[in-house]
Order: sequence, then C-alpha cells, then structure tokens
Amino acid sequence: MERYYQPEIECAPIEKIKAWQNEKLASQVRHVWDNVAYYRNLMQEKGVTPDDIRSTDDLYKLPFLTKTDLRDAYPYALLAKPLSDCVRIQSTSGTTGKRVVAFYTQKDVDLWEECCARAIVAAGGTKDDVCQVCYGYGLFTGGPGLHGGSHKVGCLTLPMSSGNTERQIQFMLDLQSTILCCTPSYAVYIGETLREMGYSKEDIHLKAGIFGAEPWTQEMRRDIENTLGIRAYDIYGLTETSGPGVSFECSEQTGMHINEDHFLAEIIDPNTGEVLPEGSKGELVFTSLDKEAFPLLRYRTRDICVLSRKKCSCGRTHIKMSKPMGRSDDMMIIRGVNVFPSQIEAVLLKQGYTSNYQIVVDRVGSTDTFDVYVEVTEEQFADTVRELTLHEEQLAGAMKLMLGINPKVHLVQPKSIARSEGKAVRVVDKRKLHD
Amino acid sequence: MSVKQVSVFLENKSGQLADVCAVLAENGMSLRALSIADTKEYGILRVIVPDADGALEVLRRGGYTCKLTQVLAVEIDDRPGGMAYVLQVLSEAEISVDYAYAFISHKAGYAHMILRVSDIDETVKALTEADIRTLEMDSLLTE
Repeated sequence: MERYYQPEIECAPIEKIKAWQNEKLASQVRHVWDNVAYYRNLMQEKGVTPDDIRSTDDLYKLPFLTKTDLRDAYPYALLAKPLSDCVRIQSTSGTTGKRVVAFYTQKDVDLWEECCARAIVAAGGTKDDVCQVCYGYGLFTGGPGLHGGSHKVGCLTLPMSSGNTERQIQFMLDLQSTILCCTPSYAVYIGETLREMGYSKEDIHLKAGIFGAEPWTQEMRRDIENTLGIRAYDIYGLTETSGPGVSFECSEQTGMHINEDHFLAEIIDPNTGEVLPEGSKGELVFTSLDKEAFPLLRYRTRDICVLSRKKCSCGRTHIKMSKPMGRSDDMMIIRGVNVFPSQIEAVLLKQGYTSNYQIVVDRVGSTDTFDVYVEVTEEQFADTVRELTLHEEQLAGAMKLMLGINPKVHLVQPKSIARSEGKAVRVVDKRKLHD
Repeated sequence: MSVKQVSVFLENKSGQLADVCAVLAENGMSLRALSIADTKEYGILRVIVPDADGALEVLRRGGYTCKLTQVLAVEIDDRPGGMAYVLQVLSEAEISVDYAYAFISHKAGYAHMILRVSDIDETVKALTEADIRTLEMDSLLTE
C-alpha cells in the first residue's frame, strides 16, 4: 500500500493546492521586494510591483532569474534575511563556472528535509529502514538533504558520504542497509565493485535506491535495478532551490511529483521565454513559495522536461515532471546536429554495454570529429578481432540511427574512463579550445 | 577433448601486457602458451594456464575484461609439413579456423597447436579419423 510522509499535503485536492500557491506567492513576492534589492531592480525595470501579483496567473509578469544572475549576485545580493537569522550555507560544485551559494534559515532547512522525507517514504522508507547515504557530504546538497530526510522519517541513517566503495559495500553487508541514496553513476559503480568483491544482489538487503543529481536513463534504471535487486527511484533538485527533494518519484515511476506547496513550476520556450501549456517540452522554471533566506522567483533551471497533471495511481495530486531530457546548455551541436549525451547512453544500455562512456568532440579543419569511448563488458567481449570490430560497427550504426550522424566508436578497458565517484565526465568538447 | 583458454581485452597502451602478466605472476600462475591479436587500438591476449578458472578470477578482480574460450590443443609432429598436414585435414573437412598458434612440446619431436574453431566436436572427429591426437589440459601441461 502506498504510504505518504504528509498525506494531507501530498494528496490534497488541486483547488486546495492552488489556494495555497496563490496565498504563498503573494507573500513570497512581497518578501523578495522588501529585502532583495537585486530582484526589486529587475521588477522595476519591467514595471512590476508586488501589487500586480495576486495569483499564480500573474506569475508571467515577473522577470526571470538565471544562473548568471546568481553568479553576479555572489555571495550576498540575493539574500533575503539577515545573516544572523541564517544557519546554513550550501554551494554548487562550481565546475561550470563561479560558485553559487545558497543560504538557509532553520525553517528553510526543515522544509527541505521534509521534502526529502517525502521522497524516502515514497520509495517505501519507514522508521524500520537502514538508509545508507553515499551522496557527498559537505557543501554539496545531496548528502545533507537525504541525511536530514532520513532522520525525519526515522530511518537508521548511515552517513557514508561518497568514495571508499569497498567500505561502502562492507557496511551494506554488515549493517543490512535497505535504502541506498547516491548518484546513479555511483550506484552502477557500487554494483560493479560488489561483483568484483565476489558478491551479488542475493548477499545484500537493499530494497530501494533514491538516485539523482545527474541525468540517467530508463535503461540505466533497469540495469541498476537488476544488478542490486532493488527498485530505483529518481529524485530531483538543485542547490539554488534548496537541494534534492524539489520533486521525487512515487511507486508508479512515471515522473516526479513536484512539491507544489513549496515550488511553483512552469515550462517555457528556452529561446523566447514564452510560457508553454501543460504537456509541452521546454525549459523548467521554478518559483519558491515559502523560502526565507534564499527565495528565488522564476529561476531558469536550464533542464528540458515536460509537466503533467494526469491523475497518478499513487494518490498524490502534485504535478509531475518528466525526467529531464537534457539541459538547454549540455546539448552539443555536432556537424549541425543536436546531440544529447542521454541519447548515446540509451543506445549503449540497449546494446548491453554499461553507462561508462565518454564523448570527445573536436574539430579538424572545418569538420567536427565525434568519438565515443565505451568500456567493453564481459557480455560484449569476444576473443576475435573480427567479432569485436563487428560490435564497434553495430554500436556506431545504432548511434547513427538515433542521431543521424556517424560517431567513431572505440572500445576501451573497464574503468579506464575517468570518473569521479560523484558525477561522471561524459563530454569532452575540445572545440572550445580552438575558438 | 578441448582446453580452456583465457582471453583478455587490452588497450594498445604501453605497459598493458606487463601489467596483466604481473597480475598472473603475483598469483603464482605460469603461462604454458600465449598469443596476441592486435589492432591499432586494442589487443586480445590469449593465454593457456594450468588453472584457467583461477586466472579468470584474479584478472576480473584486477579489473580486466576477460572470458574463457574452449579451444582445441592438437599434437603435431615437429618436422616440416607437420602443421600443414593438420590444416590440410581440416580444410578437406571444410572446417575453418578462427585463429591458431603453436609452441614446442616438452616431448622431443612434437609440438602443440592451439586452434579455435566454431564446431569443436566435428573438428575432433575429423582429426581423430586422420589419427591426429587432441590433448586434454593435463597432457598439454606435462608433455
């Protein structure tokens, strides 16, 4: 039977959710106007005042915030509370540019942890579970978010952080962890290491995994579910809006319920900024509804997805977002064709390879080179050159079919593709060096 | 009437062969025979060791992609035409050879040939009819 952490909120009638949102939005906008000069200036430039925002129907009038705004505002320009009222800072990794820091009051932390608790309960978590958290702890929101959520549910929490995989597995065996929280690529890595250590899914007690913080495909989900003997649930969030738990999957596993009592979602055309109707594919935009320290109005996530209010069999009424299909900024244009790393990954998993791959794009003369390095698995390994060459050609053919352009596929040894134990490096675009 | 061979995927980078041999050496595994097929980007190392299952296990633990392949070990006369005779028999039986490599036997006057073919039973039958001896792992190691 489906369980909920806060059933009265998670299964509230849609009219009630709308009423909460209207009320909260008005006061959130007022709070920002009064306390954040940076955003007040943006509103004034557009000629909007808090009085113009009476309900969610007025949302489109507000200006967007972008990642660039957050970087320009670093560190304090978007802070809406005195620092003395804040209790926590979290930060993005800063790999794509300057860091973004987010601030939290105690209430902000509590609401964030509640969101994570909803995700854990939706994945079947109860106070009787042993929850192994191997997201990184520290400035990264993954570890602290799921850790707090696990406490709220009352699970026995193993604050492992990432890395030292053999020790992770030893704890998993000895303490009989039932729920695993980490990035999906790390879940794959744990599966591989488990096998290398001579164990299988029969030896562990995991029943569910909550995986997020990077893109992953349905094929990767099936791969993880089979290897670890679990159900794998998606979780979504970003440091800017609090961290993981903005949305999460339920038993139906067909999209993630957005915690609409805290976040208002829109889909826009990434080129024009125009709001698109429900069901359209476009860029996801979030407006926080009750954040104290770091409220964000109309923040452009750059994630491309679809929203759906179709009735869900789990009983939750909150709107669902699809798994992000790519980012408006990680799309590559190779030889004039749009390529998302997720497409490459889907082909690999369908053909029986692991999701350990790297795309290298470069330019020779005026032509783009497109190389895909793939770690060879035992299932796909053959001991004659003829068969291996055939496998490379089959992979390249399947990718050509998917993308319309032909990559050069290279088989490489397992674990030879650089991976951090957090996020994997999927794309190396050397063309930028020449520009 | 066949033996287990261990095949290992290796990238074409310096030190790869040394590393895989070191793993086998550390585990006290001696090589009876080896051959390498290579392309511009990768190679396939094929080895005959006394304990193929054990070798597979330690190589897997070392992070290598490897597998066991059933191959034929054939005794040939160590004289001009010894190998040609075996291949002629196979050719007449319309059996094609995926790959082959040979090494000297401990027994004077003989050599061994390792063959990978698609149908082992049919091949053994053709060889036996021509009085060519195929070897089990035990005799391959001692002879």
